[in-house]
Amino acid sequence: MAGDGALEWHKVANKAEILNDEPLGVEVEEQFIGLYLVDGEIYAMDNVCSHEFAILTDGFMEDECIECPIHQALFDVRTGKARSAPAEVDLKTYPVRVEGEDVFVGLPAK
Amino acid sequence: MGATAPVVVAGAGQAGSWAVKTLRDEGYGGPLVLVGEEQHPPYERPPLSKQVLLGDDPPESTILLDHDMLGELDVEFRARTRITALDRERRILGLEDGSTLAYDRLMITTGARVRRLELPGAAEAPIMYLRTIEDSLAIARKAAKGVRCVVIGGGLIGLEAAAAVSELGCRVAVVEAGERLMARVVGPRTSAYFADLHRTRGIELVLGDSPVRLEQAGGSTRVILASGAGLDADLIVVGIGVVPNAEFAADAGLKVDNGLWVDECGRTEDPRIFAAGDVTAHHNPVLGRRVRLETWQNAQNQAIAAARTLAGSEHALSDIPWGWSNQFKVNLQILGVAGHWDDAVLRGDPQGGSFSLFYFDQGAMCGVDAINAPRDIAVARRLMSRNIPVDRTRLGDRAVPLKDLLKG
Ligand SMILES: Cc1cc2nc3c(=O)[nH]c(=O)nc-3n(C[C@H](O)[C@H](O)[C@H](O)COP(=O)(O)OP(=O)(O)OC[C@H]3O[C@@H](n4cnc5c(N)ncnc54)[C@H](O)[C@@H]3O)c2cc1C
Repeated sequence: MAGDGALEWHKVANKAEILNDEPLGVEVEEQFIGLYLVDGEIYAMDNVCSHEFAILTDGFMEDECIECPIHQALFDVRTGKARSAPAEVDLKTYPVRVEGEDVFVGLPAK
Repeated sequence: MGATAPVVVAGAGQAGSWAVKTLRDEGYGGPLVLVGEEQHPPYERPPLSKQVLLGDDPPESTILLDHDMLGELDVEFRARTRITALDRERRILGLEDGSTLAYDRLMITTGARVRRLELPGAAEAPIMYLRTIEDSLAIARKAAKGVRCVVIGGGLIGLEAAAAVSELGCRVAVVEAGERLMARVVGPRTSAYFADLHRTRGIELVLGDSPVRLEQAGGSTRVILASGAGLDADLIVVGIGVVPNAEFAADAGLKVDNGLWVDECGRTEDPRIFAAGDVTAHHNPVLGRRVRLETWQNAQNQAIAAARTLAGSEHALSDIPWGWSNQFKVNLQILGVAGHWDDAVLRGDPQGGSFSLFYFDQGAMCGVDAINAPRDIAVARRLMSRNIPVDRTRLGDRAVPLKDLLKG
């Protein structure tokens, strides 16, 4: 596990932009990242489906899972776990820090 | 007693690939053989009329299980091997080269093949079909700027091919026998939207007409239609449907009627034989009737269900049929099986390029066509599978978030 020291924190959004039903897709350091709100907690996960190119935040969010808008693979946004076919590869998740209204995502330092 | 005979998966396409993978996931540790007529390891077909035809993705990107992955799964993969006969009593398969292959249990995933255009002059004409990697690459090689392409069939495959070769520079005409496009799978309003889309992109649509013969004239082919009209072609792409590869199963006495009959768990009437994918006609519990589906979703999920059942944990397919198509970067998703409906609710704005049509039969939602609106499909699938009553006024009102309807 990478410790906090190996992370670079990027401000990616305002808290209010991330809704239960409307996850937010952002681009940080040329990476697509999806931001999700589940039970009051914000989570960050890679935003490209591990099966084929599709932006997951365009998909449908229910409970803790996002459903890919193209082939309906399900991912648990808290852990990145691929929950159903056709996806078999889990997605990376990233630590999130909230300071006031600002949301930061920790990426491995370059 | 010799060693146990293997589980044989017959047909190395999308369903075959999910079958072998699922058997291993379910803990089947015995010998496993995957037999396929094609030279490739299992691959997916949807990109063949889309990204691969357009040259955006290489054909290898469609491979589902490559040789390494098959090795890791400890699957004996026999490529270029055609099965010609099935002897259920002795539990052996006859192969084209005259040899045999014994099985302990058999999973039939032979898919379907294209229906051929049987017309006078067809043998001499530059006709191409679209089912395999080779087909897709062959069309792509011919489809160059200025090439006149006539597409026979205004269904999903014909229209995807038409859109792709037009993007590659061809001048394209589509001939469809019915009065509207994709009539088998979408409603009239969706057909009309796609007719507009294709015409706007310069494609000539000839509806309610069909070819009767092909004539050679001065290096090009003339497609003569029933109406008497003629279309000149350098390339003819035919997409007029598929035929299930169920012959050896039928010859062995298994029930075949527009597909090999299986129950919702992928079982045939022979307890040692299972089947999945395009080759089957299954009893669909959601629709309450037997259907033969030709979709990616069905190939995947039916194979998973059948393989689980074979491995001992009975699993029924309970999907609402779903498929998609991409034409000129417009994404169409289709939920349910178009059949009888008495009301359609429009949500969104066709002019704006994103809308859905929700179909109702006697008050119950029975299907959806969604154009550039994938989330509508996600919600509709849940509304339908959970039998949630739907207020049609709210459904048609874009100001009401669709997800709110899930609360009933
Ligand atoms: C160009 C194209 C685009 C498509 N696009 C979409 C789409 O956008 N969305 C969608 O939902 N669906 C789409 N489909 C449909 C989808 O690809 C099929 O439903 C799916 O491939 C069915 O999988 P299958 O494994 O049952 O059959 P197949 O993929 O056809 O595989 C069967 C395999 O068995 C082999 N075989 C057959 N007979 C024998 C024999 N006797 N011995 C040995 N091997 C044999 C065949 O050679 C083949 O390799 C498309 C299909 C095509 C052709």
